[in-house]
Amino acid sequence: MRKQDPKERITNFNEVAFGLTEEEAVAEAKRCLFCKKPSCIGGCPVEIDIPAFIKLIAEKKFKEAILKVKEKNNLPAVCGRVCPQEDQCEAKCILRKKKAAIDIGSLERFAADWEIAKDHRPKTMDHRPLSAKPPEGTIDPGPKVAVIGSGPAGLTCAADLAKLGYRVTLFESLHKAGGVLIYGIPEFRLPKHVVDYEVDCIRSLGVELKLNYLIGQTETIAGLKNEGYKAFFVSTGAGLPYFLGVEGENLNGVYSANEFLTRVNLMKGYKFPEYSTPVSIGETVAVVGAGNVAMDCARCSKRLGAKNVYIVYRRTEQEMPARLEEIENAKEEGIIFKLLTNPVRLFGERGWVDRMECINNALGEPDESGRRRPVPIKGSEYIMPVNTVISAIGQGPNPLLLRRIEGLGLNKRGNIITDENAMTSIKGMFAGGDIVTGAATVILAMGAGKQAARSIDKYLNG
Amino acid sequence: MNRIVKKTKLNEQVTLMDIEAPHVVKNARPGQFVVLHINEAAERIPLTICGKDPEKGAITVIFQIVGCATSWLELLEVGDVIHDILGPLGQPTEIRNYGKVICVGGGVGVAELLPVAKALKDEGNFVVSIIGARNKDLLILKKEMEDASSKLLIATDDGSLGHKGFVTDLFQEELSKDNYEMTFCVGPIPMMRRTCELARANNAKIKVSLNSNMVDATGMCGTCRITVGGKTYFTCVDGPEFDGLLVDFDELQNRDKRFAQEERISFEEFKKRHQCVNRTQKKE
Repeated sequence: MRKQDPKERITNFNEVAFGLTEEEAVAEAKRCLFCKKPSCIGGCPVEIDIPAFIKLIAEKKFKEAILKVKEKNNLPAVCGRVCPQEDQCEAKCILRKKKAAIDIGSLERFAADWEIAKDHRPKTMDHRPLSAKPPEGTIDPGPKVAVIGSGPAGLTCAADLAKLGYRVTLFESLHKAGGVLIYGIPEFRLPKHVVDYEVDCIRSLGVELKLNYLIGQTETIAGLKNEGYKAFFVSTGAGLPYFLGVEGENLNGVYSANEFLTRVNLMKGYKFPEYSTPVSIGETVAVVGAGNVAMDCARCSKRLGAKNVYIVYRRTEQEMPARLEEIENAKEEGIIFKLLTNPVRLFGERGWVDRMECINNALGEPDESGRRRPVPIKGSEYIMPVNTVISAIGQGPNPLLLRRIEGLGLNKRGNIITDENAMTSIKGMFAGGDIVTGAATVILAMGAGKQAARSIDKYLNG
Repeated sequence: MNRIVKKTKLNEQVTLMDIEAPHVVKNARPGQFVVLHINEAAERIPLTICGKDPEKGAITVIFQIVGCATSWLELLEVGDVIHDILGPLGQPTEIRNYGKVICVGGGVGVAELLPVAKALKDEGNFVVSIIGARNKDLLILKKEMEDASSKLLIATDDGSLGHKGFVTDLFQEELSKDNYEMTFCVGPIPMMRRTCELARANNAKIKVSLNSNMVDATGMCGTCRITVGGKTYFTCVDGPEFDGLLVDFDELQNRDKRFAQEERISFEEFKKRHQCVNRTQKKE
């Protein structure tokens, strides 16, 4: 896919990847073999009928193509951009062995962007599959379901339940819906107008969105039960930042990835001072960690004007959890990778971080994740001058709501335990996404939201 | 919702507003706060809930103009709507019958002290309140604090009202006269620090209410983190009240100024756009 030139793009927050033109999309779609027994669908956590929508693109029936995608996927413009298709649908594509897999992600994005560009803002009925029950008002309104947290899992669950005829309220603590899609993933990878559009589509299904509503504080679960909610879906995400656990991490200039990205993305700190939320960035930035979040932090830092931006990672490139595409983008943009390196201490002058002590690692025996364990090499400590440090070593479950729900079963990491039907230890309360799995991907959270919607339907409609 | 229904200037720097926020009123308790996001471009700021009127579904906030967001808020009038109000946030103050308690408030911190003092007195405590400001014109909520306290003491830097000097002078005096079960303290960081030092020297217990810069205020970003008793806490979800004897004030003071430079820039930008002169600067 064509992309903005790296030299150019590090000076702006515009989207990096341009998307396919109509000609490109049709040509790519025509490469599809339209397998009788398509294996790609099995690689899709939300079960999109992939060959069917690709066929419609090949036939230039773009509106039908996006409707086909939307039968299963409520966030196609998002998924077309941020899904790791290379590990999912495209990994299963038969053509992968012969030549190159069909670029399913780009085709999905093309269909979704086509709708957005034409602004076929859906009317309520447009996106209900034919099998769906009639909407509210025509018969008894369905039972009320509360979905807590409007990230990918919550949006998906809410949309699917609305399609089934339930009255869904989606509660969000921030002032915008979308969760990590809004506060976490930067504009240059996922433009916010795209997220807003998809949220609008979901609202048009009849989902009521309550922003600035922190369940556990603004209202309790008991309070919601009193208001008549019959089932709950907890999709509050991985909202607790992990810090490095080293001396000096409360110095000024040290951010959690969550803080840094929220300031930049949700609060539009990159437009400072037009937008007044501050985000200070030094000349030399060290981002600790090597997942997608770390790449986002590094690439934002570059765009905010940092001269030297480092990814500091304790293992090697092979073990980096980020998508290959994001690692390549980061390299193109001049991000420097310091591998087999672990921070051990931060030093500061007059309250601001200015040095990071690091130690070199060697790879030892594989650990429980199957990846070789990094082992510090004694005596290899050295000092790295830095002005900003961003901790992007993962996020845990935010305990705020969970500790207020009596009897809710949690594992030792604080994630919610669910059964095979996504139900928690509390009857009628379901959960899914990062709050259950720990920090994972957008699409896995969406898959969990979809599964939960099915289980909630079974639970309420038995 | 989020409509301003009352606006009163308490003095040239401090304004009181009642804002319709029925979703906040329902579960709000003394010591908790809200986050206001005044408009799309504004920073999210935490403000203590100074009072609530369940009938009108309104909360009271009191703020001092210190930067961009508070200046924006000051520009709004009765009938205007605030984009977003999130709350109630933070842990409520532990209100019970302690016996004899002292409440110490400085500057705009008095506003945050009021609901706490009131609730403590209602609970049957003997509440001695000590409030102060630079001069009598800057002292806020004198009448309200009188009603909310069993005894009210006042200090002004210039002696224009009450004791000439600091609230900490009066605090020391009270501690040497009598035993108190608990102290609640809100104000500028140096004032809270000094108050805690005196509490320690007199073997008194003290809770301080901290007012950190926050973003989401739901425990998601960690920008408001502070060290208390050697452990890291988030002011937004673990606080805002902490054991004053255990707070790392050096760190608190340092972290408080981490965006000082940017805040100056955005304030300048704001003033340019709104051609509004910062009152404090005009005076100087």
